Amino acid sequence: MRAVDAIMECLKAEGVEVVFGLPGGANLPTYDAFVDADIRHILVRHEAGGGHAAEGYAKATGRVGVAFATSGPGATNLVTPICDAMMDSVPVVFITGQVRTELLGTDGFQEADTIGITMPIVKHSFMIQDPQEIPRAIHEAFHIARTGRPGPTLVDIPQDLSRAEIEYQPVSDVHLPGYQPTVEGNQKQIRQAARALAASQRPILYVGGGVVNSNASAELRELAACDRFPVTATVMALGAFPAPHPQWLGMLGMHGTRAANYAMDEADLICAIGARFDDRVTGKLSEFAPHAKIIHIDIDPAEISKNVPAHIPIVGDAKSVLGKLAVEYRALAADPARLEPWWQRIASWQERYPLRYEESADSEIKPQYMVRALHEATGGQAIITSDVGQHQMWVAQYYDFPEPRRWINSGGLGTMGFGLPAAMGAAVGCPDRLVCCVAGDGSVQMNAQELATCSAEGIPIKVFIMNNGYLGMVRQWQELFWEKRYSAVEMGPYPDFVKLAEAYGATGMRCEDKRTLVDDFKRAIETEGPVVVDVRVSREENTFPMIPAGKAAREMVG
Amino acid sequence: MGEPGTKEPLSLEELQAAGSLRTGRKHTLSILVENKSGVLTRIAGLFARRGFNIETLTVGPSDDPDLSRITLTVDGALHPIDQVTKQLHKLINVLKIRDLDPAETVARELALFKVSVDGPQRGEVMQIAEIFRGKIVDVGKRSVVIEITGGAEKIAAFESMVRPFGLIEMMRTGEIAISRGRQET
Ligand SMILES: Cc1ncc(C[n+]2csc(CCOP(=O)(O)OP(=O)(O)O)c2C)c(N)n1
Ligand SMILES: [Mg+2]
Repeated sequence: MRAVDAIMECLKAEGVEVVFGLPGGANLPTYDAFVDADIRHILVRHEAGGGHAAEGYAKATGRVGVAFATSGPGATNLVTPICDAMMDSVPVVFITGQVRTELLGTDGFQEADTIGITMPIVKHSFMIQDPQEIPRAIHEAFHIARTGRPGPTLVDIPQDLSRAEIEYQPVSDVHLPGYQPTVEGNQKQIRQAARALAASQRPILYVGGGVVNSNASAELRELAACDRFPVTATVMALGAFPAPHPQWLGMLGMHGTRAANYAMDEADLICAIGARFDDRVTGKLSEFAPHAKIIHIDIDPAEISKNVPAHIPIVGDAKSVLGKLAVEYRALAADPARLEPWWQRIASWQERYPLRYEESADSEIKPQYMVRALHEATGGQAIITSDVGQHQMWVAQYYDFPEPRRWINSGGLGTMGFGLPAAMGAAVGCPDRLVCCVAGDGSVQMNAQELATCSAEGIPIKVFIMNNGYLGMVRQWQELFWEKRYSAVEMGPYPDFVKLAEAYGATGMRCEDKRTLVDDFKRAIETEGPVVVDVRVSREENTFPMIPAGKAAREMVG
Repeated sequence: MGEPGTKEPLSLEELQAAGSLRTGRKHTLSILVENKSGVLTRIAGLFARRGFNIETLTVGPSDDPDLSRITLTVDGALHPIDQVTKQLHKLINVLKIRDLDPAETVARELALFKVSVDGPQRGEVMQIAEIFRGKIVDVGKRSVVIEITGGAEKIAAFESMVRPFGLIEMMRTGEIAISRGRQET
């Protein structure tokens, strides 16, 4: 069998239903195999779009995303999505073409050291040196991407090796002696954690993306229901605990709620689950949660005590650990009344500092209102992707996500241009769901070319551009911390997004009046095919509240 | 704390604190890896990314042809070393890592010294070599090459002894280390 046909067999064996990619010289043989393989290939307009689409697909479905690119520039165009997938632990397999083996190291045409360039940003990678290795490498790449702490893997295949004939035998097992993720948490540690929770007066559950990755949302709810534990989550985990909910404090971190950040600050016990104490969460590390003991549950042992020392470390899969933790906790029959004073304190913060903004008196669309309008128009039931900037934070704050995998954003790397292709991938993975992208007017231009892909493939995403005419988040920092000396943040009137949408074969709409906004949004949602809505919002609104960079949670402003 | 995103300048202490990860004792890490392409690059890259300077590094076959043994020494405070070993464990081709306890470890390296010996000094240099149980492996008219095996301190001591005679060059392999007792390293 041709090695390239074996690649297709491997993809099918892995249950791959779609590949996002773009061909070139070095992967021409592979693309020939697509002609007869029964796998949907979506031709993207830029490899970065393909990479982010594969991420969006993976985040929405929980399955492994797949992206293909040719050697050299094709592969280097994937660098941003690969790094993005690494930072947010997204299972994606990248398969790149490479120049012929005789050209390796000669600066041959379109040669780039793909393995070398991507080495620090992959979970693992495979340089194919013998065509016979290809099937095993591909299965190992899927196994590593999917299991443990998920992440991106890459297989680099020289063109001549992909043209070889091989003896294909289905691979049914992978054997990786150096890779054995710990799934079951240590029972003694779990018991100790249960005791610490039962003894605590001011506990809080701090939930991260690991809970979404391990599909542990039900177990999290179960644990929270054991007692009235307050719950907060990172920007990666919104929806893992349903919002709104009496125990839900909102997101924590730089633009989190005061209730969540103050509760972390005053807690005597923080139970971190699949979260990694990122600097956007902790603020000034030396003043982070000064009274708290830390339970840290994570499948990646390197995360434990990396930034904040853990008193009770538990290495394991969140789903398994949370299930056992709930059982252990219930057996202790802790007195729920002990949490009464803590809840009173939290309630006082919630009352005094709800998320709020000043509503406009006229037709002006406040960005926060735009998010609420979208919530109403979608019944709160859409999958929402976003780009990076103020709009991202406003969606995180104002769109209540009832379930995990409904909120898809670039949290770790903060990649502008993520939202539109990610929505495309999510819509391909979840054809029965409404998929919307809330984009920034700056960000959306970084991957707007994928609108052509959406039109060509009939992928009906609805893109709502929160158009403030600025690189808004940067403008906000310049206003607040650099004496309003605006430097390179003004976007000007270009492009005309309605015309741009139409040029790409999508429907373009513009909204400038808040009084008709919900209806306009409903109309956009009901319109068939891809739609772009240019929403003109207040230009200089700031995202608040905020922990200024490097300050402690107590020092929130706005 | 200042941060690039805010206007406050970074203080000198902050900059120093960020760079002070390399204090503390020397660590000898013994790493068993699969013999696959790129393993060394992955390991070296991981150290570079965390700001660690590898002091010595040796790679060689192990008793199993599919596995190689890497011994590396690195200077660091305990906590960051802990982070590095955990990160190393995440590399798929790394099978086993030990941060060897100096008291429980035999460490050796081999060094070659080329010393200039003009006239009467020759005897003296050879005597010193003998005291250090060194071997003369090459003798020229105006130089000798001496092979010394031992721990890093012994080699450093020999170096300081022969330097006054005119040390032309020195080469060291870097340490390899094995744990004492019956247990495998
Ligand atoms: C690729 C990339 N370049 C630069 C940045 C830095 N950055 C963060 S937010 C932001 C502004 C984004 O503007 P826009 O998309 O219009 O969103 P807004 O903040 O206005 O809602 C910039 C430039 C980034 N995150 N990603
Ligand atoms: Mg903007």
